[in-house]
Amino acid sequence: MATNKYLSSTCTIAKNAVNKNGITLFKNPGTDITAFLLSVYQHFHFNYPKFYKMDNLGKLGWLTAEILLKDDFERFNYEPEEIGVVLTNSNSSLDNDLKYFDTISDIPSPSVFVYTLPNIVIGEICIRNNFKGEHAFFIQEKFDAAFIAQQVNYLLDNDILQACICGWADVLGQDYKATLFLVEKKKNEQALLFSPENIDSIFNTI
Amino acid sequence: MSKISEHDVFVVADNILSPLGKTTTENFEQLKNGVSGVKQHNNANLSPIPFYASLFDENARFLQSGEGYTKFEQLLIASIADALIDSGIDPKEKKTVLIISSTKGNISLLETEENNPALQQRIAMPASAKLVAEYFGFQNQSIIISNACISGVMSIITGMRLLKAGQYENVVIAGADVISKFIVSGFQSFQALSPAVCRPFDKSRDGLNLGEGAATIILSTQKKFEGSIKVKGGSVSNDANHISGPSRTGAGLAQAVKQAMSDAGLAVADIDFISAHGTATVYNDEMEASALALSGLQSVPLNSLKGYYGHTLGAAGLIESIVFIQSLKENLVIPTLGFAENGVTSEVNVCTSPLQIDAVNFIKTASGFGGCNAAVIIGK
Repeated sequence: MATNKYLSSTCTIAKNAVNKNGITLFKNPGTDITAFLLSVYQHFHFNYPKFYKMDNLGKLGWLTAEILLKDDFERFNYEPEEIGVVLTNSNSSLDNDLKYFDTISDIPSPSVFVYTLPNIVIGEICIRNNFKGEHAFFIQEKFDAAFIAQQVNYLLDNDILQACICGWADVLGQDYKATLFLVEKKKNEQALLFSPENIDSIFNTI
Repeated sequence: MSKISEHDVFVVADNILSPLGKTTTENFEQLKNGVSGVKQHNNANLSPIPFYASLFDENARFLQSGEGYTKFEQLLIASIADALIDSGIDPKEKKTVLIISSTKGNISLLETEENNPALQQRIAMPASAKLVAEYFGFQNQSIIISNACISGVMSIITGMRLLKAGQYENVVIAGADVISKFIVSGFQSFQALSPAVCRPFDKSRDGLNLGEGAATIILSTQKKFEGSIKVKGGSVSNDANHISGPSRTGAGLAQAVKQAMSDAGLAVADIDFISAHGTATVYNDEMEASALALSGLQSVPLNSLKGYYGHTLGAAGLIESIVFIQSLKENLVIPTLGFAENGVTSEVNVCTSPLQIDAVNFIKTASGFGGCNAAVIIGK
């Protein structure tokens, strides 16, 4: 049954800043991507040693999900199988593919090779949060709000999921942007409706 | 005649383009004769040491005029073109969409071209999708799925759902991957490659073989296809356990299998056969056997086709599903090449000789890096 769904929270990490629900929580201008992502991790006092071995796409997606869910997600309302992740980007894992390719002529590195798949960032988010539901990684030329809404609506309307983290996470060199949305069927106080227009507008604000 | 719901999803046409043949029929004939595409290769461009894989001949041509298209794109185009012949599906129709499944797309270009921003744009999969879509005149934005080794099965599930939701009437699903040094070296670094033809579920299994290939499945909800084989249900799950190791319990895959059966409205007794992922790595096959036991499917006959095709990555779920669709049509199940003695702790019923079977439904499973699992049910 099609019912309304709501954006319980949103988070964007881009342009050396972290923005959650429209509020800038942290800025660190002038740093390169690696230093910036580390500074985000430190600023929020995260303690998750696996973070250090992730590639930049993994770090970006993991941090965005972590801040998205922080204080705003009553995960115990759901079974692990009821929570899913739908992500999109345009460059797949190319940022890390280039790094892996550089190791081939010397000794190919299994720990770098494992990140040569875009859906590994979904795996990282699922491991961290014990999310076991449906997930998918789509490659798209640009952020496609209508497509994401269609996919997520199907999963929630058919009760395949009850909550879904969805959005965009893309890294290539120093260019990066992640915008994630927490979509639920229940409406929190100020939650916006989950609609293509609303997620497109939030994505394009930053 | 049973009542047809407007959301029945029919399999209209398919193609397998592999080292074994250029059409589904050619491929199935080779499988019936027990022919494997897996051979030893001694090619310094791919690996400093000899390795076993199922690869296209270096001089193989896929299109009359392939100019402007990479090998990856040529494989997709050739496979889609064959599937479209006499299918009754017009790619230019507004209610038709293209789905592409691949793990690494054009990544092999890194090995032959100079790395610069233009090359990086050429490698990005939307560039390939655009070229393939333009070749056939697809009107809608193509959908690209890159979700490790479950990409092929996930693309069938995604296509089925788009049709069930009434978003489109026809879906053309094509998958391909090209084996390059990038991929071979990565699997070697994981010590995941077998030094011979792989042996799924066998006691002496020692790793997988890689394989090249492309495949296409065309699905439709149009009433004119009534009576065709149907995609009945599917599901995807995540182990939430480890990014490169399968779960020890198989609970994640079991969840996908159970959900797929529930989505299809079917019970264990309705599943006649399992088309397993069966990569022949120690851990995958062990996990898969546990998952099948947890799902109550331990005595259902099963096969793995990795001994014929190797692991064709983003094409695997499609190739292996199409072989089974052919099995449903010919009432003949292809045995598991390389299996001799059960080497997993849970009970499995591995098919070792050609099996005449009047099957109605089969389930295709897949699992991959990132803790992903998928299952789809296809049947009469």
